[in-house]
Amino acid sequence: MRQMHSKAMHSRMMQIRLTVNGQDVGWTIAPGDLLLDILRREGYFGVKRGCEKGECGACTVLINGKAVNSCLMFAAHAEGCDVLTIEGLAEGDRLHPLQEAFLDHGAVQCGFCTGGMILNAKALLDRNPDPTEEEVRAVMAGNYCRCTGYEKPVEAVMALSRGGRE
Amino acid sequence: MIVGQNVRKVDGVKLVTGRPAFTDDIQMSGMLIGKILPSPHAHARIRRIDTSKAKALAGVHAVLTYQDVPRVPHTTAGQAWPEPSPYDTYLLDSKVRFVGDRVAAVAAETRAIAEKALALIEVEYEVLPAVLGIEEAMAPGAPVIHDEPDSTKIYDRSRNIAGYILREIGSVEAAFRECDLIVEREFRTGRQQHCPLETHVTIAWVDPDGRLTIRSSTQVPFHARRQVAMILQMPVSQVHVIKPRIGGGFGGKQEMLLEDICGALALASRRPVKIEFSREEEFYMARSRHPQILRMKMGVKRDGTFLASQMTVAATTGAYGSHSTTVQGNTGSKVLPLYRVPNMRFECHVVYTNAPVAGAFRGYGCPQGFFAQETVVDEIAERLGMDPLALRRKNMIGLGDVDRLSAQLGEGREGLPRVMRSCGLPECLDRGAAAIEWERKRATPPGKGPVKRGVGMSCSMQGSGIAGVDWATALLRMNEDGSFFLHVGASDVGAGADTVLSQIAAETLGVSLDKIVITSGDTDTTPFDVGAYASSTTIISGGAVKKAAEKVRVKVLEVAAGLLATPVERLGWGDNRVYTLDDPPKSVSMTEIALQAMYKDKMQIMDGASHFNTDSPPPFCATFAEVEVDTETGKVRVLHLATAVDPGTAINPMQAEGQVEGAVAQGMGYALTEELLLDDAGRPLNANFLDYKIFSAMDMPKLTTILVETEEPLGPYGAKSISEVPINGPAPAIANAIYHATGVRMRKLPMRPEDVLRELRAVRVPEGELVGV
Repeated sequence: MRQMHSKAMHSRMMQIRLTVNGQDVGWTIAPGDLLLDILRREGYFGVKRGCEKGECGACTVLINGKAVNSCLMFAAHAEGCDVLTIEGLAEGDRLHPLQEAFLDHGAVQCGFCTGGMILNAKALLDRNPDPTEEEVRAVMAGNYCRCTGYEKPVEAVMALSRGGRE
Repeated sequence: MIVGQNVRKVDGVKLVTGRPAFTDDIQMSGMLIGKILPSPHAHARIRRIDTSKAKALAGVHAVLTYQDVPRVPHTTAGQAWPEPSPYDTYLLDSKVRFVGDRVAAVAAETRAIAEKALALIEVEYEVLPAVLGIEEAMAPGAPVIHDEPDSTKIYDRSRNIAGYILREIGSVEAAFRECDLIVEREFRTGRQQHCPLETHVTIAWVDPDGRLTIRSSTQVPFHARRQVAMILQMPVSQVHVIKPRIGGGFGGKQEMLLEDICGALALASRRPVKIEFSREEEFYMARSRHPQILRMKMGVKRDGTFLASQMTVAATTGAYGSHSTTVQGNTGSKVLPLYRVPNMRFECHVVYTNAPVAGAFRGYGCPQGFFAQETVVDEIAERLGMDPLALRRKNMIGLGDVDRLSAQLGEGREGLPRVMRSCGLPECLDRGAAAIEWERKRATPPGKGPVKRGVGMSCSMQGSGIAGVDWATALLRMNEDGSFFLHVGASDVGAGADTVLSQIAAETLGVSLDKIVITSGDTDTTPFDVGAYASSTTIISGGAVKKAAEKVRVKVLEVAAGLLATPVERLGWGDNRVYTLDDPPKSVSMTEIALQAMYKDKMQIMDGASHFNTDSPPPFCATFAEVEVDTETGKVRVLHLATAVDPGTAINPMQAEGQVEGAVAQGMGYALTEELLLDDAGRPLNANFLDYKIFSAMDMPKLTTILVETEEPLGPYGAKSISEVPINGPAPAIANAIYHATGVRMRKLPMRPEDVLRELRAVRVPEGELVGV
């Protein structure tokens, strides 16, 4: 009985190839697996499970540069995609400017929502290097944070907008 | 100076780079997924429970019901022993008391199998009448929720009263007769949920020595260890609790919530087991803020002198009495003494209902109390024709005053009097008022169109640790590179304790922050600490760190004295060196001192210290809100919220500001949007982030945060606390601003558009009872 069960499971499994944090990877997944679950299974623990309903943004990753709630995406849909998780943002020991800004501005408290917030902000700054505070807040409304009141995370992102740097 | 600097969080890099730091960020081979079968009924007895089909399912390794586990009455409240909360909870029981109560638990190879196993458990319930309202639960003939004979410390089980408090100073009855104005109002507050972004999660396994290891998202690793040992009937020494990085607690994790059942499943299956609440489960199976009905009565003389204040509270703790009398005790003891009132009376019933369980939540009873008190004070000011700031300045507690109510009302025991040794409240009022342009805006008419503007304010205070109860220990050990290992039982749950404690150690030892390597919150490798609650960590754990560092510094100086051939009295320290007070000075580095001690003197430089206080110095806060009320829709928009806080000194001002900003975001949610709703059968209606609305980045108003630093003699480097007090302010400040804008008094939380609209449309009743003016 148990063998049959796992055999049936196995026949439904599929192979996909994609890029995660610049590295080619191959995954064996079931069609219904969520990207969030597979990323965490594969050791990308920086991708957080906060609600599994696309409401909190803690599981945000960038798919081909766009911010996506990985709890709302089938892993199968990531076939051939370029996925960036928070683990892939720093270059070796050199932190990304957003990571530096979050530390300098005290924008990190518990840190659970931080990865998703930083990736969401990166996607915004990549498409609009000069956002207004209102635009930053509108985008970051997709990342719930229960610790900071958003003041310092917004400050950190604004410090990197073109206007903030000048 | 390192104390007082905006240093980066010592654990910051691992958090911004997403390294595996949280409870669930590990993979253990053979780990099972645990799930709890929640009760579908608010009140029922389990007549029959059959787990045979669940046990037979492939991949299921353990199924537990009340028949399989020890029956040990306990409280889940993570409090110092002996916990003041009633022992009314069981690992698993044959009776369920709220929708979401534990019926059974399974451990299986995958989440899908575990969920399937839950569905295969056959339960026959005898559904009992349930009671959800506070008044209904206390009424004669109400169903008795705790009729089991073996629970203890319940005040009156036959009337569903978990706890009762009555304290009086002077005589309010006599004093009210002397008053020129008496205002008495009723207030109701909602069931707010903590909503930490990381839900409760626990992983338990039996280690190779046979000890039960529990990695858990907890604020109280040492209390959890003691409680798990008691419930699972093991020696404390055989339980090891590890607190990794925690994704927010806010009081919800001052609770032994999953550690016991997860440990029981690990023992039963002999495999690692993980239980992680889903967001929905977190909403109704974890904890919430106690809903209260408050009657606040205050009497004053014509000149504004407060003569008597009386607060009468009926609160519900839900199905179990976690933190029941202590939270409600604080509603009186930390709220009424904000003003110098010669006659005070506080009476409170804490009532069981068949509702989700309330517990500790940032503010710990004070947000409810200050909502009532500060709204009544605003009304008194208006009736007397006084400025609300002037009325408060006339009556508020100040330097040198003694709060006598706290002496009567400790946490579950007699307390200790509170002496005000530092008080920045007057300056909080001045600077907060300036930030919001109080005088100009109070004089500005609310506007002619349907959208009205107004400003309002409130004051509050809290404590810094529980006097005579909270204590902590720190150990320091020097390494040969001149660095120090700092071991503390304190539990950083995201608020930055590891950073603040490292700053205190570095400052005291005269070394740079990178020379302090901190380990915290592990019951095997760090010394005892009560945990992260009651605004205690900076003052109590920080006090222990400072003491330990001072003892270690003595040893460092002794070795340096030998190396420098100079008596200890002629030595100074700083910048990772010890130097002579000669001109020119000679010096040795910490590295040279450590090498001398370890390899020449054959001595490890190390020491430790414990610390507690017999007083709980209050941080103070003044909150100012400017709001816009759409009188056609009832929608309240906060335009500007200014918070001025006296935390003593700020060890790390940037982190301290972050505590204020986070607290007021939660406080505004409490004021305007957040409430876990139940249907008539006690089932949650909005257990998700779409229907339970917390503030997002877009919902936030302009924030002004002002730190009014004072020097607290009882705190390390003058520090008190900051994380809780600012959450008290927004609800009353916003309610008072709504009144300023519209002339409508809001006395129920949350103040949703429909609630405001209802009040706007209601017939206005005459305000107050003015005697002889």
